[in-house]
Amino acid sequence: MTGEVAVLGAGMHPWGKWGRNFVEYGVAAARAALTDAGLDWRDIGSIIGADTVRGGYPGYVAGATFAKALGWQGARVTSVYAACATGAQAVDAARAQILSGQAEVVLVVGADAAPKGFFRPAGGHRPDDPDWLRFRVLGATNPVYFGLYARRRMAVHGDTPDDFAQVKVKNAEMGALNPHARYRKRVTAEEVAASAVVADPLRLLDICATSDGGAAVVLSSLEFARRHGDADPVRIRAVSTVTPRYPNTVLDLPDVATDSAVAVDPPAETFRMSIARAAYEEAGVGPEDLSLAEVYDLSTALEVQWYEDLGLCAEGEGAKLLRDGETALGGRIPVNASGGLASFGEAVPAQAIAQVCELAWQLRGEAGQRQVAGARVGISANQGLFGHGSAVIAVR
Amino acid sequence: MVVGWFTGEGDGFRLLGTRCAACASVFFPREDHHCRNPACAGGALVEVPLSRRGRVWSYTDSRYRPPSPYVSDPELPWDPCALIAVELEAERIVVLGQAAPGVTVADLTVGMEVEVVPGVLHEDTETTWTTWHWRPTGVKA
Repeated sequence: MTGEVAVLGAGMHPWGKWGRNFVEYGVAAARAALTDAGLDWRDIGSIIGADTVRGGYPGYVAGATFAKALGWQGARVTSVYAACATGAQAVDAARAQILSGQAEVVLVVGADAAPKGFFRPAGGHRPDDPDWLRFRVLGATNPVYFGLYARRRMAVHGDTPDDFAQVKVKNAEMGALNPHARYRKRVTAEEVAASAVVADPLRLLDICATSDGGAAVVLSSLEFARRHGDADPVRIRAVSTVTPRYPNTVLDLPDVATDSAVAVDPPAETFRMSIARAAYEEAGVGPEDLSLAEVYDLSTALEVQWYEDLGLCAEGEGAKLLRDGETALGGRIPVNASGGLASFGEAVPAQAIAQVCELAWQLRGEAGQRQVAGARVGISANQGLFGHGSAVIAVR
Repeated sequence: MVVGWFTGEGDGFRLLGTRCAACASVFFPREDHHCRNPACAGGALVEVPLSRRGRVWSYTDSRYRPPSPYVSDPELPWDPCALIAVELEAERIVVLGQAAPGVTVADLTVGMEVEVVPGVLHEDTETTWTTWHWRPTGVKA
């Protein structure tokens, strides 16, 4: 049995602040993915919903919610949640069903309708919840953690705020070419520098917004793809879902402190590095084989960190890779050709699926003006709250 | 609000963690149920005070008012609050905390020494919620 599954279809609802129910975005994305795959919803043997906690009860059972909206047809159903890694876990669940023979063709859907401003924990008095505690005790929003990472990079590697701004400039340039992106306007470094500081040293334009959006993919066995007339589909070759190794010594959301390394020396690689390594090992490829990468640029500085965590350059050389133009369109390894979160904003359960959509379009050569020439291998990477790894490697 | 995270007054103020009696792993916030070292069969978790001083791992601030459950008076203008992640050498742990009042990002550098001091998180007519603050050493309130 091969370890690969085919990406038969990809679809999105354009991202923005539309003010509608998440179900609408998910169904639009699902229908687009089905059309792209050339399949009818009734051909789908299994549906997997990537859950949204903001969508109320229907959001917690997103699989059934989307299935009902598309019209009950008896498909197997699954709902998964892993914060920012939700989409990758949904793709992984689909892959497991296909490779085990439980399903031949699976529809994976994620959508969210995010509130404006900072993400915040669920309500109530909940002092046994670390996510609640970081807000209540410290006022530590997500951008606070991004600010800590950015300042640390400046101190350790000599990165500058202008380096970070260049990530936004690059991603906005590519996002301007993407019809699904929310922000379609080019941005200058001066505009980044003129925007308000949110969490020193990061400014408003260094930090991704919260968005409404939806994304979906249709995955199948290679055998099904062949029967369906697609002899050379984009294939998913790896999905990394690893957890950290104790002691996790990089302060991470939502924690107030790291693990202590007093009893056990820290592992040689950080959690984010291990996410990528697991994907490379499973796919049998290395960073040198990549044509492009889609990474979670929750902040501009975090994108630079991912360059190193993915092995696109040596530790400390992320800013140089950026300055040399290697991660821009036309460079050695374009990163976030889609425009990234800088251009989309966060719609949590949809984003990791959206990354796979972009990989699929790029590997098919259907990415229009933002096409990475000759793309053969792509990686997506992000991480979910509470130690959910997330990376997908797709090949053509 | 959170019980047993710190104790003492003035120079005697300390953050409280727990230490595994079997493998010596330290936990903050306190872990009272099971040692989280996967290589450890598990021992009793004993309360320990953490080092009073450490070095700045990184720092940032909140220029916008954090959302609830952070408590602040919406009638008053928001005063940006600095946050400091501090490396404690003996415990080999990094602990995040608010900076003492008056300390801004302009006063901080990565690697500088800070100490833990008692602080007030929030107070109303009935209750004062206490917390810990990090303050550069040599600075007096």
